[in-house]
Amino acid sequence: MTAPDVRLQPRKKGLTRTQKRTLSRGAQYVVFVAAVIAFAVAADWGRLKNQFAQWSIAKQMFPDVITLALKNTVLYTLSGFVVGLVLGMVIALMRLSSVGPYRWVAGIYIEIFRGLPALLIFIFIGVAVPLAFPGTEIVGGTYGKVALALGLVAAAYMAETIRAGIQAVPKGQMEAARSLGFSPARAMISIIIPQAFRIILPPLTNELVLLFKDSSLVLFLGVTLEERELSKYGRDLASTTANSTPILVAGLCYLLVTIPLGFVVRRMEAKAQEAVK
Amino acid sequence: MSQTSPAAGAEIEVRGLHKSFGDNEVLRGIDLEIGRGEVVCVIGPSGSGKSTLLRCVNLLEEPTKGQVLVGGTELTDPDVDIDAVRRRIGMVFQQFNLFPHLTVTRNLTLPQRRVLGRDKAEAARVAAENLARVGLSEKADAYPASLSGGQQQRVAIARSLSMGPEVMLFDEPTSALDPELVGDVLAVMRMLADEGMTMMVVTHEMTFAREVADRVVFMDGGVIVEQGAPAQVIGDPAHERTRHFLSRLLDPAMAEVEEGTPEQLGKGD
Ligand SMILES: Nc1ncnc2c1ncn2[C@@H]1O[C@H](COP(=O)(O)OP(=O)(O)OP(=O)(O)O)[C@@H](O)[C@H]1O
Ligand SMILES: [Mg+2]
Repeated sequence: MTAPDVRLQPRKKGLTRTQKRTLSRGAQYVVFVAAVIAFAVAADWGRLKNQFAQWSIAKQMFPDVITLALKNTVLYTLSGFVVGLVLGMVIALMRLSSVGPYRWVAGIYIEIFRGLPALLIFIFIGVAVPLAFPGTEIVGGTYGKVALALGLVAAAYMAETIRAGIQAVPKGQMEAARSLGFSPARAMISIIIPQAFRIILPPLTNELVLLFKDSSLVLFLGVTLEERELSKYGRDLASTTANSTPILVAGLCYLLVTIPLGFVVRRMEAKAQEAVK
Repeated sequence: MSQTSPAAGAEIEVRGLHKSFGDNEVLRGIDLEIGRGEVVCVIGPSGSGKSTLLRCVNLLEEPTKGQVLVGGTELTDPDVDIDAVRRRIGMVFQQFNLFPHLTVTRNLTLPQRRVLGRDKAEAARVAAENLARVGLSEKADAYPASLSGGQQQRVAIARSLSMGPEVMLFDEPTSALDPELVGDVLAVMRMLADEGMTMMVVTHEMTFAREVADRVVFMDGGVIVEQGAPAQVIGDPAHERTRHFLSRLLDPAMAEVEEGTPEQLGKGD
């Protein structure tokens, strides 16, 4: 693309555009490599290895880190996701409703829960709810509380995503369905929502990745030994062993899940791009 | 104005119909009767309100004033079960509007099952029968995206027919098609007309209107300017506005613009 440009422009003295670009790119590489080397030299690798990569400690984490901590992280995430999806769907439909008060309530919900840090919502669920309704227990104990807290946070984001997905389905689809005799609700369920979900699968999967990380906030609810997930498990072990290796292993476990999920999302996005063409 | 033929009683009746979008009055008092088995083509310049009229007939647009009756049921009655009435009215769109996430067969069976409550076997039988009628049995398992425009439109017609409608509405069914695909769709519509289906067709296909329609209705500026037998309205129009419209339609310079419109619409979808 640039080649014809260069020829079209009268040759000024000095560098052509291609040459300038090669030069600036070369300079960027040099700076980058220099920075990496500087870090590598400056860091005390011996101490880092002692603190973060002790094989013996890492080995004693297995299989618990997988069968208990990762399992709980996945469980918390999925239950939060399901609650968020159901609640998000309801809020999205309210937001699209022709009934004013529904739209306002949905709008207010979204504004509040999108604006609050997830941490505060966990604390609220953990402290305020038992205070306000003494004697009542949230169904499912810790699992129920986590599902609720994560779900409340996720619902706000998912509602907006689902709403965008529904609006991205061409208007003619609803008209075709209505003219065949579908009621508005039936048309929504059988025709519109299945198409909307195809459109929003990538952003929903992204939301799953975010929830996966947010599940670490369970820590603030106070959990039993069996209820610990990756972050809490890693931190507990780090303090008993006075070594940070468990933190590194826990981190790797997160990446074990989030990297493939991210890959799946990019694949879906690329496919969607192709379908548009 | 001569030779209207509400032979076996009116299947579609439009009385004093007005429709405004905000301040824009698009339909300014339409009266129209279409008899059972009659084929009526509606022609007129862009923006004259043809689509709006058609969409008022199955209440996709809510009339501002006036009445619409189909098969004796008043659709404009606020207490009518509109979904029940719509099952008796098939509608074919310019942009086909097939359900892209479903196969051809599922496009035909899902509405039957969800709306009419037919069982699986019955729905499949009706779907296969109607696919055969439009000549697309071999596409039963294909997805809409893999079909040509003409094939998609024939599937859309088969989907409507599967609901067993008494009336079929067509809104420029061939305007989004490449010229070589128009014929197949018109052939299917011709077959329906021969079988005695009551049809209201908005179209720019003058040959079809001339050969198939029992009556042609010319609209301009939200009113019916004239109507009558095709030979009269198309061949020997009584009104200057009709003459003007027809001459522009036949003028090759204008024809280019006419062809441009459906393509732009297609891209917007
Ligand atoms: N949903 C809508 N909201 C606002 N205005 C509308 C709407 N639908 C149609 N109109 C307006 O109503 C007028 C008539 O539109 P209509 O689609 O009925 O014309 P038409 O005769 O079908 O034209 P064409 O041949 O281009 O399809 C136009 O001015 C259009 O802008
Ligand atoms: Mg139109």
